[in-house]
Amino acid sequence: MTQVLEIDRLKKGFSLHHLDKDIPAFEDVSFSVAAGEFVLLKGANGAGKSTLLRTLYRSYLPLAGEIRFHSSHGVIDLARAADVDVAHLRRTEIGFVTQFLTARPRVRAEAIVAEPLRLAGWEPEAALDAARKALATFGVKPDLWAAYPTTFSGGEQQKVNLARALILPQKLLMLDEPTASLDANARRALVARLKELKDQGTAMIGVFHHPDDVMHLIDRIVDLTPDAVPQEERDDVAL
Amino acid sequence: MSLSTLTKPWEAMSYGFLDGSAKRELRRKMLKSVAVPGCQMPYASREVPMARGWGTGGLQVSLTLVNPQTRVKVIDQGADDSVNAASIRRFIARVAGTHTTMDTLEADLIQSRHRIPEEILREDQVLVLQVPNPEPLRPVQPNMSIARQMHADADYGRMWLQLYEQIVRSGRVMQGASYPSLVNGRHVMTPSPIPRWDVPKLHMAKHLTILSAGREKRIFAVPPFTRVEPLVFSDVPYKVEGHGHLTCTRSGTTGFFMNEIPQDDGSSAFEVSDSEWGVKTIRAHDGEGESRGETWYKDGEMPQ
Amino acid sequence: MTLTLDAPRIVETRPLLEVHGVSKSYGTVQAVRNVSAHAYPGEVLGIVGESGSGKSTLLRMMNLEEIPETGSYTLDLPDVSGNLFELDRFARRMLCATKIGIVYQNPHLGLLMKHSSSGNVAERLLVAGERSFATLRQAATEALEASEFPLDRLDAPPIELSGGMQQRVQLAKAIALEPALLLLDEPTTGLDVSVQALVLDTLKRLQQDRQITMVIVSHDLGVIRTLADRVMVMRRGEVVETGLADQIFQDPQHPYTQQLVHAKL
Repeated sequence: MTQVLEIDRLKKGFSLHHLDKDIPAFEDVSFSVAAGEFVLLKGANGAGKSTLLRTLYRSYLPLAGEIRFHSSHGVIDLARAADVDVAHLRRTEIGFVTQFLTARPRVRAEAIVAEPLRLAGWEPEAALDAARKALATFGVKPDLWAAYPTTFSGGEQQKVNLARALILPQKLLMLDEPTASLDANARRALVARLKELKDQGTAMIGVFHHPDDVMHLIDRIVDLTPDAVPQEERDDVAL
Repeated sequence: MSLSTLTKPWEAMSYGFLDGSAKRELRRKMLKSVAVPGCQMPYASREVPMARGWGTGGLQVSLTLVNPQTRVKVIDQGADDSVNAASIRRFIARVAGTHTTMDTLEADLIQSRHRIPEEILREDQVLVLQVPNPEPLRPVQPNMSIARQMHADADYGRMWLQLYEQIVRSGRVMQGASYPSLVNGRHVMTPSPIPRWDVPKLHMAKHLTILSAGREKRIFAVPPFTRVEPLVFSDVPYKVEGHGHLTCTRSGTTGFFMNEIPQDDGSSAFEVSDSEWGVKTIRAHDGEGESRGETWYKDGEMPQ
Repeated sequence: MTLTLDAPRIVETRPLLEVHGVSKSYGTVQAVRNVSAHAYPGEVLGIVGESGSGKSTLLRMMNLEEIPETGSYTLDLPDVSGNLFELDRFARRMLCATKIGIVYQNPHLGLLMKHSSSGNVAERLLVAGERSFATLRQAATEALEASEFPLDRLDAPPIELSGGMQQRVQLAKAIALEPALLLLDEPTTGLDVSVQALVLDTLKRLQQDRQITMVIVSHDLGVIRTLADRVMVMRRGEVVETGLADQIFQDPQHPYTQQLVHAKL
């Protein structure tokens, strides 16, 4: 299997200067993800699941360790990669799905969804077409496509968000509780899309509160609970 | 021994009213301004027995250039007989002993306010124009230090902005007199408040034009055979006043710049602005012989 | 202690804008101290900091309005080379007119308030040498339209317009010549929140449609967060931290940045 990501003794903590306090998040995390593999992060609340995802995405700066990403430009350590390289990879190879949509005023739903395609160099019309298809897949009604999602309900916003986040197949996808506030149909669409991406070779790392929906996609579980048995030995965990 | 043997008869301390150093400065500044066509040169601008703003700049140039052999013509808005023109003409004649004339063709030096005569000037003639506001950039850049930098950089974009605004607001270029013009492809000058009609006469003219602002202490020049191009948009051609078809009610001449004289019934009558041209035309009609020279405009059109 | 970042390895293009080691003082006040910054083509660099942090001075240097005592400034563009701080006034003016657009917080700085709005935009093209009225008119209209300015007010002077509209005129003027670099100095400060959102949205759209490199200075973190890809935090004339926008806002490292981010409502 082709490796996509190798995480090696990764450490993250936060220094809160005004409290003069260091808060550790996790340390010594090591695991790897191969193409087409789906890894579920597990651990009690506060074990650092979301923190790990954000650290991998470089929204957080790690304190030590390596995040070797096998990009189409060769292996690059995301822990140390220049900002501009990280920004480039985020546009082209690494995706992140959160539970929140950052809607902007006066931007149509279809335009928000098409944006990643536009940034990847698609023609405006082709991007919009693909965006409309994606919205349809997630069950957003056609009369909402040209509306501004700032006024949408939480559930509808999340559908737009997912459509946007998953529209461009990427090498590595991070999922931070994408199923929160989704109705059953949208959940099904999400899982179907994830399966599709997985089959195309996207490596995924996810945090799910209720992993039942994606259970059949999960290849491996990484437990971030301190003192948990190292993940390599839990490859055979029964799901 | 008597007083008369000890003294000389009265004579003026200086010739032509101005003292030697004043004239020398003016000569130098005139040479400079000829050397850099259209570029404003500062000069001291001495006192003359006339209020600033009444043609002191032009007068100083005239007084510097004349000698007893010079024939001087002075016009004000085209007329030789206005009080202002007559006074300046008499003053020059008195302090420099020059001859005076009203005939454009006879004159060696023509001092003028607001007009260029209709008859073509020759290589041996000098036109002195009185200038109230020498700075064409003043309407768009009130700060004169910056305006000078703009001249240095040939940064004249804002002059077109002025024209743009006029077209946008009024549908056409409204600039009547003092139409800003590019001299020798480098400096934008104001040609003094001559009408648009007169600006093309400066382009590649045979005569030397010196423009002098006494109050503002600036002098600039258009040397003979120098390009003078009114600032225009490439797609909005320069237009002179539509006087080409008008006929003078007094002399009957047609195709020259006219003064509009409102009538009691609300209509307008027209009189040729170049008064001497009118006089010559009347003389010719009266059978006193043809004294009119060749004119810049032919049949109301400026030949290209 | 966090890790030291490597030099770029994937992105091989050179930064469009590079400012290196600039310092400038006014009397005894050191406004900018040994600051370096760069922005890649198409990137939006945000500069945050409180009043007096030197961020606006830095921006004015990028517009060549201020020349620092030390340091260099390069733009990686065809026909542009060398340290731009050393250009003479003439070259500087042409460069600023054709390659750099700027939007000031105070429209009075960027606009002729009594000329028409379209004229203000046209001036930019006039400086660059355009002399056809029809072309000027069309280019001004197009730029104003791209800035989402109502075209029925095309010839209204900015003095008669609202603050948001004035900023749109400035923006239209800035983008009229399709500059490689767009500088924004607190472009939405002083506007109503709703108007602010609209102006930000226009900026975002322009950025996406035209891939303009932007440097935006603001003390408003919301503005920076909306627009910037990368953020530089300045304090007392120095850069205290730079990073990807989301990293600066979610995981600020420097005590001052933490204070700044946490102070946000």
